[in-house]
Amino acid sequence: MAGRLILLAVAWATLSAQQEPILVPAVSQSRIEVRQGFTGARLLLYGAVIDPSATGRAGDYDIVVVLKGPTEPVRIREKERIVGIWANAGSSDFRSAPAFFAVASSRPVGEIVDERTAAIYELGTDFIQLSPSGQIDPEEQARFAQGLVELRRRQGLYQENPRGVSIAEKVLYQARIDLPSNVTTGRYTAETFAIARGRVLASATARIEVVKAGLEGQVVSAAQRWSFLYGLGAIALSLGMGWLAGRLFARA
Amino acid sequence: MDVYLPIANLSVNGLYIVLLGGLTGILSGLFGVGGGFLTTPLLIFYGIPPTVAAASAATQVTGASVSGVLAHSRRKGVDYRMGGVMVGGGIVGALIGAGLFRVLQSLGQIDVVISILYVLMLGSIGMLMMREAVSSLRPGLLGKAGVQVKKRRHHPLVASLPYRWRFYASGLYISPLAPAILGMLVGILTMLMGVGGGFLLVPAMLYILGMSGNVVVGTSLFQILFVTMVTTMTHALTTKAVDLVLAALLLLGSVLGAQFGTQIALKAKPEYLRLALAALVLLIALRMLYGLGVQPDEIYTVVPL
Repeated sequence: MAGRLILLAVAWATLSAQQEPILVPAVSQSRIEVRQGFTGARLLLYGAVIDPSATGRAGDYDIVVVLKGPTEPVRIREKERIVGIWANAGSSDFRSAPAFFAVASSRPVGEIVDERTAAIYELGTDFIQLSPSGQIDPEEQARFAQGLVELRRRQGLYQENPRGVSIAEKVLYQARIDLPSNVTTGRYTAETFAIARGRVLASATARIEVVKAGLEGQVVSAAQRWSFLYGLGAIALSLGMGWLAGRLFARA
Repeated sequence: MDVYLPIANLSVNGLYIVLLGGLTGILSGLFGVGGGFLTTPLLIFYGIPPTVAAASAATQVTGASVSGVLAHSRRKGVDYRMGGVMVGGGIVGALIGAGLFRVLQSLGQIDVVISILYVLMLGSIGMLMMREAVSSLRPGLLGKAGVQVKKRRHHPLVASLPYRWRFYASGLYISPLAPAILGMLVGILTMLMGVGGGFLLVPAMLYILGMSGNVVVGTSLFQILFVTMVTTMTHALTTKAVDLVLAALLLLGSVLGAQFGTQIALKAKPEYLRLALAALVLLIALRMLYGLGVQPDEIYTVVPL
């Protein structure tokens, strides 16, 4: 009985997959290296949507691309005026704030899907699942979350581009997302959604690795792993340069 | 010229950083101060995280003070015994500073405390220096209080401390506790603010300890050299915020600037130099005060947990 059920489910899945368009995504770079002179990178996410049924075209649909950086637990602090001085007062913790978050879509997300679907698939900076922790009332938490999103938006780390995806011939799509120079390294995921009539028809995920390479990577790993030697190196550098300059100019 | 700073995690204009280092180098050549009090705030205004700014500025001050110490030691302008005592105090201070840094960081108040310290110290020292510079340029303008040349004598508090030692080069017979405490206070500030503390040490050594003038600058540089070295190491081990690329750029500017500053110092009138330094110190204090009172651009800050 159970075997039959599974068989049925598989058959249904393949049948319905026949109806759904297939999303074939690709990324211009699956590895971004942060090295000397890095001023940011432009990521090209492209692909095709194929309808396996007769015409080969998927009809009218929209594409939304979400690029998400590694998540980390953070504490948000809020400044308040205390006896004439602006100092940190309240704080709120979030368990999973993405270091980078960009949404590009072929039309404004509000026109493509309703708010509920947007929230489920995190299709917008207002819908990032930050997982607040601790005991604070929801209203205050929303204010802190808003503060975080606004801050990172100004830093170029959270982006929304409602016209960032172009679709050619209803088959090929491409999205451009700019990574600023202050991106965090780690594993990024790019999720592409094909949406029609307010429903997500197909989705696909690609991974992108952002790493510090070359001298930059070595400096960071040395600072973390061999802190003592790194400190000695910094001291030696400053002593050496100071001494050298003194010698050079004393002779001149 | 874009340069990526690996620890600060952002891309900056390298030329700007070298020029900034050059400016502080000129200052250190001109006035014998490390210039850290200028580097840290300017780096913060530029967008470098405060911790990275303070840590890397300390590294820069080391480089800026090396040639000064060498020059003064050739002229026998360093009291090594006094310097050693102060370095000992300074190391203790740096460690206390590291603890304070951590506590304040976890409370989220480190930036405000750094700013308030800057305003208080630079404000009061700038006022003192301004007063002295003006009165030496225009005797009688501020009444007689200005250039009263007192007989050199240390503060009565210093005299009351026990266990006296002889400091021959400084011409003093005082308790080592006084310079040790002074060194410790400056060490705390070095750790917190990335300053060498020369602008605080020199007047304190003159007016509180009563050291003879010819060893004051050399001994202060000696203390700064060692304490900034310890501070760099402490930062490397605890905050891991020393950015080698940033420090190297700053150093490049400052060691060249220092030589330039020394040349200017030989030609310019010292009274005008002191007036200029006083004005600069007050300007930075006012800028920091303004920054404290005015609503900041960003109300929210994010720290990793």
